[in-house]
Amino acid sequence: MSNIAIEVVGLGKKFHIGGLQKSYYRLTDQLADMLVAPFRRAGNLMRGRAAGAADLDETIWALKDVSFQINSGEVVGIIGRNGAGKSTLLKIMSGISDPTEGYADIYGRVGSLLEVGTGFHPELTGRENIYLNGAILGMKKAEIERKLDEIVAFAEIDKFLDTPVKHYSSGMYVRLAFSVAAHLEPEILLVDEVLAVGDMAFQRKCLGKMDDVAQEGRTVLFVSHNMGLLQILCKRGIFLQQGAVFTDGTITEAVDAYLQTLEQVKSQDLSKRTDRKGKGQVRLIGVEMVDGSNDSSLILKTGNPARFVFKVNAFVPGLACNFFIYDTIGQPVTSFTSKVRGPGDAYDPKNGLKFVCELDELLLLPGRYRIDVAIIGDNLLQDFIEAAAVFEVGEGHVGGRPVQPDGKFSVSMAHRWTLPAKN
Amino acid sequence: MDNIKRQPSGVATVPGNDTTPATPKNLLSTRRRPSKGWAWPRLRELWEFRELLYFFAWRDIKVRYKQTVMGGLWAIIQPFFTMVIFSLFFGRLANVPSDGLPYPIFSYAALVPWTFFSNSVTQASNSLVINANMIKKIYFPRLALPIATVFAGVIDFALAFIVLLGMMLFYGLVPTINILWLPFFLLLALITSLGVSLWLSAMNVQFRDVRYTVPFLMQAWLFLTPVAYPSSMLSEPWRTLYGLNPMAGVVEGFRWALLGSETTPGPMTILSSVVALTLLVSGAFYFRRMEQSFADVL
Repeated sequence: MSNIAIEVVGLGKKFHIGGLQKSYYRLTDQLADMLVAPFRRAGNLMRGRAAGAADLDETIWALKDVSFQINSGEVVGIIGRNGAGKSTLLKIMSGISDPTEGYADIYGRVGSLLEVGTGFHPELTGRENIYLNGAILGMKKAEIERKLDEIVAFAEIDKFLDTPVKHYSSGMYVRLAFSVAAHLEPEILLVDEVLAVGDMAFQRKCLGKMDDVAQEGRTVLFVSHNMGLLQILCKRGIFLQQGAVFTDGTITEAVDAYLQTLEQVKSQDLSKRTDRKGKGQVRLIGVEMVDGSNDSSLILKTGNPARFVFKVNAFVPGLACNFFIYDTIGQPVTSFTSKVRGPGDAYDPKNGLKFVCELDELLLLPGRYRIDVAIIGDNLLQDFIEAAAVFEVGEGHVGGRPVQPDGKFSVSMAHRWTLPAKN
Repeated sequence: MDNIKRQPSGVATVPGNDTTPATPKNLLSTRRRPSKGWAWPRLRELWEFRELLYFFAWRDIKVRYKQTVMGGLWAIIQPFFTMVIFSLFFGRLANVPSDGLPYPIFSYAALVPWTFFSNSVTQASNSLVINANMIKKIYFPRLALPIATVFAGVIDFALAFIVLLGMMLFYGLVPTINILWLPFFLLLALITSLGVSLWLSAMNVQFRDVRYTVPFLMQAWLFLTPVAYPSSMLSEPWRTLYGLNPMAGVVEGFRWALLGSETTPGPMTILSSVVALTLLVSGAFYFRRMEQSFADVL
């Protein structure tokens, strides 16, 4: 039987946003308004309106009626697009800001890591900042003293411990900041997209540390846009959409739901895209990526069959489709063209105006990729769209071997080892 | 963070259903809920974070005079040169009375607590705005920022105070038994500074006008305080009413405790103490009311 760590009931948070912003066209208007504004505000105040809200009449619910329960020891990924309320939720749970309605009960000491390095003072040395930052995060001095060596070793800054951090490289700075926060030992850890920083090797180390935290049975809430990472770290996922809980289930369910809405948006956008090149007799009107082993799943998996479908709106002689896959940092990974024929290629009149490209085994590592598409026809470039679609590849197996995400590389190949053995 | 409490150890679990998660026992439980109206300042939490208070004050002190040529001397230069200017213009030219004391030490003894007050309030009123990023990203008791800034000012006060002792030696003034009261007046200065700082720092979050008002306010307050002139220029009951300005009580108290001036603590001191305490308590409540919106407004 497990214990409740977090219970959120009907949580809502309202923000005021500037709705009545005027556009100034003349400097004199601006000056006049500067002189008049104080009186208008004073008038508003006297009529009993909140001062800050005097000019801000439009409100927005960043969170609305959010309820869930998390047991201790659970590692939960919070997913959602920008502005879905993820950070607001973490801020309320860590006590940084108050909800407008509802409540959140937290059982245990909370440690939050919403931004790496906040509270560091550039003039102070690494050692001094460890103490200061530790204290801000809620550690006791004795606790920091006890962990100092560990923190320094983890951050790999031993030589620069007594150098002011303003002389640190950005990598060192981030390493130290994460290291301090990672050595907090709260019962509940709230983490907001902090692993997007630092070099690859250190990210890996941080991941290991996060995993340790989870192994020790502590509760972790983890916000990230990195679906691959979430799928490794978390078992459960909560997908927030416009301030409400859209999906609360296993991490795979939440990621699936998230990617589905993401792809809906992408395909809607395609017809409205004007940033195209080419002659335009033929236009790309839709891109679809389907896991070949399970037609209903829009999530591709490493090692699974995959199908890419490109819909066009017209037919011209010599119609061909080229597409190019890039990784998250824009490195080209691989390209496909229908111009160069293979023995398995076919025409299917029932298919209509569709290019279907089937892969028996997707050799991309788990992660996020984008596709650029070029449609050729009549010996001319007819249409070219950058980032026509974005897709996610989930973890899977290549040649029966499990494949883990890798921040640096993009491709896996089926292979087999012969290992040395004692004679 | 309204009601931090330990769960009573005998909390019942839901009977007959083992899969229902239990409310944990013996764990710190915290409820985050909308704050409405007035509430008690979170003093216990501040106590839990007392080390943070120390680290903030320590940071302020360490960083304050970094990259300055004069360093800690600034703590002395400021009141000392104000004293020189006052002595020339008020003491020499305007012949302002000084309760029978040499004018320079008469004004300097007042400038030491005054500078503490003025600098603390000026810096503390900006403490929340300056640390906006931290407030938006990390939870810690917000009270720690203005309070630590005021505490950090005590070091500057101590440096300026040493010069005051030197000047007493120079003028051959031997402190009387009155000096035992000095800690009381120092405390009064501290309470006044804290009270005003709590009010202004919390207001500054919402109304950045405060930042521009404070220097002007401090200048006006300096002349409303018997720093450059003695309060004995006023007759009763006006002299007692002067105690409405708590710094008047502080300044005259300092002179009495150290220089043995004729300003024996009396009704004015009591009034000053009451006003100072009122400022502190009301400031703490106002701060508490405003702090829930700090992260959203900053």
